[in-house]
Amino acid sequence: MFRGLWAILKKEIIHIKRDPATRFVMAIPLIELLIFGYAIDTDVKYVNTVVFDLNRDAESRQLIKEFENTRYFKIIGAVHSDRELQSAIVSGRAKVGIKIPPDYSANLVNGRQAQVQVVIDGSESTTALQALNSSQQLGFMKSLAIEGISPAELKVDIRPRLLFNPNLESVNFFVPGLIGIILQLVTVFLTAFAIVRERERGTLEQLLVTPVSKGGLILGKLLPYTAIGFAQTVVVLLLMVFLFRVPVSGSVTLLLFLSLLFLIPALGIGIVISTFAKNQGEAMQMSLMSMLPSFLLSGFVFPRESMPMIIYVFSFLIPATYYLEILRGIILRGAGIAALWDEAVVLAAFGALFMTLSALRFKKHLG
Amino acid sequence: MSIVIKAEGLTKKFGALTAVDNLDLEIEAGEIFGFLGPNGSGKSTVIRMLCGLLQPTAGRAELAGLDIVKQTEEIKKRIGYMSQRFSLYEDLTVEENIDFYGAIYGLGKPNMTARRRTVVELAGLEGRMEQLAATLSGGYKQRLALACSLLHDPKIVFLDEPTAGIDPVARREIWDLLFRLAAEGTTLFVTTHYMDEAERCSRVAYIYLSKLLALGRPQDLKRLPELTPDDSSWFEIASDDATHLLPLVRQHPAVLDATIFGEAIHALARRGTDAAALESHFKQLDGNEVHCRAVPPSLEDVFVTLTRIHRNDTRR
Repeated sequence: MFRGLWAILKKEIIHIKRDPATRFVMAIPLIELLIFGYAIDTDVKYVNTVVFDLNRDAESRQLIKEFENTRYFKIIGAVHSDRELQSAIVSGRAKVGIKIPPDYSANLVNGRQAQVQVVIDGSESTTALQALNSSQQLGFMKSLAIEGISPAELKVDIRPRLLFNPNLESVNFFVPGLIGIILQLVTVFLTAFAIVRERERGTLEQLLVTPVSKGGLILGKLLPYTAIGFAQTVVVLLLMVFLFRVPVSGSVTLLLFLSLLFLIPALGIGIVISTFAKNQGEAMQMSLMSMLPSFLLSGFVFPRESMPMIIYVFSFLIPATYYLEILRGIILRGAGIAALWDEAVVLAAFGALFMTLSALRFKKHLG
Repeated sequence: MSIVIKAEGLTKKFGALTAVDNLDLEIEAGEIFGFLGPNGSGKSTVIRMLCGLLQPTAGRAELAGLDIVKQTEEIKKRIGYMSQRFSLYEDLTVEENIDFYGAIYGLGKPNMTARRRTVVELAGLEGRMEQLAATLSGGYKQRLALACSLLHDPKIVFLDEPTAGIDPVARREIWDLLFRLAAEGTTLFVTTHYMDEAERCSRVAYIYLSKLLALGRPQDLKRLPELTPDDSSWFEIASDDATHLLPLVRQHPAVLDATIFGEAIHALARRGTDAAALESHFKQLDGNEVHCRAVPPSLEDVFVTLTRIHRNDTRR
C-alpha cells in the first residue's frame, strides 16, 4: 500500500532544502502577517476634516475643539466658501467638512436649535459611517450638556457591552483569520507544485515504471508539506500571541487539532490542481484562483452576513469559511468543541470529498 | 533461447488516431532489439504499453511470461526503463539519485551496497557521486539514468533513444555498455535514429505510421526481395562532389533510384548494369575521379525503400 513512502519522503525533503521557490512560498505567511497585522487597520481615527466657520467666536471654536477631541476628526484647515469646502472633499484632501452657520452661537444663547452641517465623503463607507456616528454622538452629548441632563439621568439607558474584543481592534479580527488563509495558501501551492514539477520534468513517468505504490507516492509527497503548513500555523500563532498581543481564549490543543483537520481538504485541492495543471505556471494560476473565494468570501475580510444571498449561500461551500469560524471562535470567544463540532464535521466531510476527488483524478490522470 | 517479450496484435488508439496498429513481436532473451522509425511513428507508445504506463486498446503482450495489463506491478519489478528525456532529479546528487531508486525498488542494505558498486562501476560514475545531476554532461546524465534503471538487476531494459543528443564518443561508450549487459543475458529493447546503432542490434524492427514494416536481422533485411525489384542491384558511386553528381546519376536511364549516403551515392540500377560501365560513364560526365562498385543495400536503403513502397501502396 505504501511501498516507497520513506524514499519519496526523504527525496522530497532534499528538494525542499534546495529549491528556492519553495523557500519563497514559505516566506509568504510572514509577509502576509505583517501586511494584515500592521498595514491594514480598519479602525478609523483622525479623519482629515476642513472647517467652514461663518460664526467665528468662542462658541464655534469650542465646537471645533470638541470635534477634535473625539479623536475621529483631524482639523487640517479652514475653508472660506461652500465651493472651497466642496472642492476639498472632491480632491480627497479632506473626507469631512464642518460648516458652522453665522447664527450658531446666537441660536444657542437664545435657546433655539443651532444647526451645524457635516458634509461627509461617502465613497469610503467605513470611514463615512464612523464620521456619521461620531458627529451625531457629539451633537447628542452637547445637547444633553446644555439641557443640564447627565447621561445617567436618561429615561432609557442602553448600555452596549463589547464582548471578546472590547476595543474593537481590527488586528483581533484579521490575524486569527489569517492563520486559515496562510495554512490553505501554503499547502495548496506547495502540493500542487510538488506534483506538477515531477510531471513537467518527466520524473513522474520514470517513477511510474517502478514498483512504487500510488499511496506511498502521494503520501510521501504530502507529508512534508503538511508538516510545513502546520509548522507555519504554529509560527503565525506564536507571532499573533506575542507580537500582536491577541491571546488565545480557548484551548490551543483543540485549535491545533482542528487545524490538522482543515489541512486535509486543502491538500486535496492541491492534488486536484496538480492533475489539471500542465506546468508550474498553470499550477500557480490555478492555486491563486482557488484562493480567491477563500480570501474574499470566507468572511476573512468582509462579513458574510452583509453579502448578497447567492454569494452568502456559496460561502458555505468554501472549507475556509468553517475553519475561520473555528479560529475566531477559539481564539476570540474561547469556544470549545461543544460549540464548534458542527464546523468540525463539515470540515471532515470536505476532507473526505476532496481526497476522494483527488484520488479519482490522480488515478485517471496517470492512466 | 526463451522468448521474453511477446506481443500479439498490440494496438493503441488515441481517439481517432491509431498510434500502434496490430503489432506482433517476439524477442528472445539476451537480444539487443532495435526499434526504428520516424518520429511520431509509435515507437514510444509501444514502449509505454510494454512498461505498463499505457493500456493497449486491443491485443495483448507478455513480458517474461507476465501479462502487461493484469500483472503490471510484477512486471515493474523486472524491467528497467530509460526514457527519451533525462528524467532523474537534477537537484539531487548522483549518489542521492541512485540511493533514491534503490530505496524505491526496495533493495535492502547489503544488496544495495553491492548493486550500487556494480552499477556505478558499470556506468563509470566513480568520482562523480557528489555532483548534482544538473551539472552532468549529456553523456554522463545518460549513464546515470542507465545506472538507476539497472539497480534492481532487471532482466529486460527499455531504452528510448538513449543516445539522442550526445557526442559520438559518449555514444560509443553507452553502446559498449549495452553490449556488456546483453552478454550477461539482459534483454535490451532500444529505439534509435542512428543507422550505425541499428547495424549493431541483433535484430531490428522498422515501424512507419504505426505499422510494422520490417522485422529481422540487419543482414537479412538487406536481402529482402522488395529492395531489389526485378533483380536490380545496388551500387555505391563515390566522388569528390557527390551533391554535384547526384542529379547526373538520377538521369541515367539504368538508374531507378539514388540517394546520398555519407560521402557517396547509393543507386539502385536495372538488372545487368555493370559497375565498370557506370564508373566510366560518370567519370566522363563529371570530369572528376569517380569510383563505382556493387554493394549490398545499407540499412538506411532498406528503410527508405520500404517507406516509399508503403507510401505508394497506401496511395493506391
